[in-house]
Amino acid sequence: MNKTNFDRARYRHFYNQMCRIRAFERAAIKAKDENLVLGAIHPSIGQEAAAVGVCGNLRREDILLSTHRGHGHTLCKGADPQAMMLELLGKTGGNCGGKGGSMHIADFGVGMLGANGVVGANINIAVGAAHAIKLKGEDKVVTCIFGDGAINRGPFLEGLNWAKIYNLPVLFVCEDNGYSATTNTKDTTAGAGPVARAQSLGLEAESRDGNDVVGVDIATRDLLSRVKKKGPHLLHLKTYRLGGHTSTDPAKYRPDGEADGKWSEDPIARCRDMLKQAGLTDEALTDIEMAATSEMDGIYERARDAAFPPAANAYTDVQDIGDPRSQAF
Amino acid sequence: MKTMTYLEAGRAGLAEMMRQDGSVWALGEDLGRGGVFGQYHGLQDEFGSDRIADTPISESCILGSAVGAAMMGTRPVVEMRFADFALCAVDELVNQAAKARYMFGGQARVPMVVREPSGMWRSSAAQHSQSLESWYTHIPGLVVVMPATPADNKFLLMESIRCNDPVVYLEHKDLWSLEGPVDDQTETLPIGKARVARPGSDLTIVSWSAMFHRALEAAAILATQNVDAEVIDLRTLWPWDRQCVCESVQKTGHLLIVHEAVQVSGFGAEISSVVTENCFGDLKSAPRRLAAPRIPISYAPTMEDEVRVSASQIVEAALTQIGT
Ligand SMILES: Cc1ncc(C[n+]2csc(CCOP(=O)(O)OP(=O)(O)O)c2C)c(N)n1
Ligand SMILES: [Mg+2]
Repeated sequence: MNKTNFDRARYRHFYNQMCRIRAFERAAIKAKDENLVLGAIHPSIGQEAAAVGVCGNLRREDILLSTHRGHGHTLCKGADPQAMMLELLGKTGGNCGGKGGSMHIADFGVGMLGANGVVGANINIAVGAAHAIKLKGEDKVVTCIFGDGAINRGPFLEGLNWAKIYNLPVLFVCEDNGYSATTNTKDTTAGAGPVARAQSLGLEAESRDGNDVVGVDIATRDLLSRVKKKGPHLLHLKTYRLGGHTSTDPAKYRPDGEADGKWSEDPIARCRDMLKQAGLTDEALTDIEMAATSEMDGIYERARDAAFPPAANAYTDVQDIGDPRSQAF
Repeated sequence: MKTMTYLEAGRAGLAEMMRQDGSVWALGEDLGRGGVFGQYHGLQDEFGSDRIADTPISESCILGSAVGAAMMGTRPVVEMRFADFALCAVDELVNQAAKARYMFGGQARVPMVVREPSGMWRSSAAQHSQSLESWYTHIPGLVVVMPATPADNKFLLMESIRCNDPVVYLEHKDLWSLEGPVDDQTETLPIGKARVARPGSDLTIVSWSAMFHRALEAAAILATQNVDAEVIDLRTLWPWDRQCVCESVQKTGHLLIVHEAVQVSGFGAEISSVVTENCFGDLKSAPRRLAAPRIPISYAPTMEDEVRVSASQIVEAALTQIGT
């Protein structure tokens, strides 16, 4: 990094965003432990630089598709964390009115077309969204984030091939945390991985340190401009999931000490060091972190008090023709 | 009024919608060459290769990308080539298309039509002959349409394209060359309305798709034996026109349901249950189903015929049911 052109304000903002994601997820884990989050949550603690470095480059009108581990992506795309927390608790005011939960958060108002409970399913949807953008001649890009495990599902081949032959504006981002649920992904993946697979289909692809928010930011910015001119690209971000697969997974399958060792590469701590070198004080950085924590704690408190949606809402938004409100049985 | 085949009528319906609405487009394998049966013949010349798009053999991406494109405000018409191949895209249809609107709390609309040529046709055997309509009726969020006539294939396709829900549109391969009158005027045909194709007073026969034509043949034979059968073409399976069927059963007291799909867990079971629950007092006999045995579809005609319900079997079943 060249210190003279280090954009302090930008990375101060990115640091803030990473802190907000972590504080949101810490609050969500607490809510899960207190039995107020009803379903499973998949925290992204340790992977925040990927979310912020990628999504921090998207405009509101750009489109994002995410995964079951998508709180960070969604927050950075501009979704309201209060609505997200309400959704996690299944309450009125949640992004999906309590119908989706953590794994199905969407906020169409900010171009976030959904997390997905089915690994890899977002890839085909993303290329279709890009196909529509191309048909309509709009100036938008689609970013599709998926895990390292998703590259072993069929849609990875079908979707990347599709994006390439139609030359669609999609940035594929493989957020590689090393694990597919509880299995080490390298044990189930043949060949050299996502970059090689993408290149074999003629996409330009590159690998970056996913815990370096500056590197992710620069790579994403560059790739997005290439996507607009030249069609689909893939960015492979190597990172690490510091917690379990879900918030309640003790992750005992990992070698002893693996996660402890990886805390030294915590992307938030690394960004903090960088900002300190660039002249920000410890005090200022701690203030940012504490403000994030109190924001998200407040959000959780308010979500606790909210009401569950009325049971009758179970019948809305199924379909217009054959609406269950007129014929459910 | 024009005479058209079932295939031509479907093509005319799609072309008409594409002229009316620039957001309508079709995608599938070999569409530029007209599609496997010619349903798209000439459309790429008129609409270009962006709107009549040739795709790779990627069923999951054909359907999945249509979900994304529909959520972005276009109206994709997806060609699955054979209903059997749609099984390569079950996640995209069932978990994505059918769920997006609900799961996202009403933020999404998925206005897409999934065309699935279905049913037995020219010894196509086990992987190219199935009738899987009852599966789709089981999935909240989907609309299920099965046209039996050229006119219906035009106007129900147009209505399906206008519909804001994902529609599974099952055309029968054995009907492609069937001719019939089709109105030139753009008329609308609401989804969910059955048609009493032949009024009668002695027995109600409910059917759909190609089997509807066997039911009509059977009714003509029954008429020669002084049995006046009412024949209903259900046209759409979700939603389905209970009122039409129940009113008919209230009049005739006997219900025979005929379909090409396997009888076990077929849609006939649903119709039979609903009629029994709602019209028990009107029934003079237990509702009966006539459909395929639970065996895969064979290649050789001798064995293929085992799963094919014939007009004479319908006649026989009807006579037994009314006790003559
Ligand atoms: C099609 C499908 N298969 C299996 C699962 C169960 N599952 C949920 S998350 C997950 C691991 C996915 O690994 P990866 O893509 O690397 O994402 P990560 O969880 O590491 O973020 C699995 C197997 C699923 N949701 N969908
Ligand atoms: Mg992973």
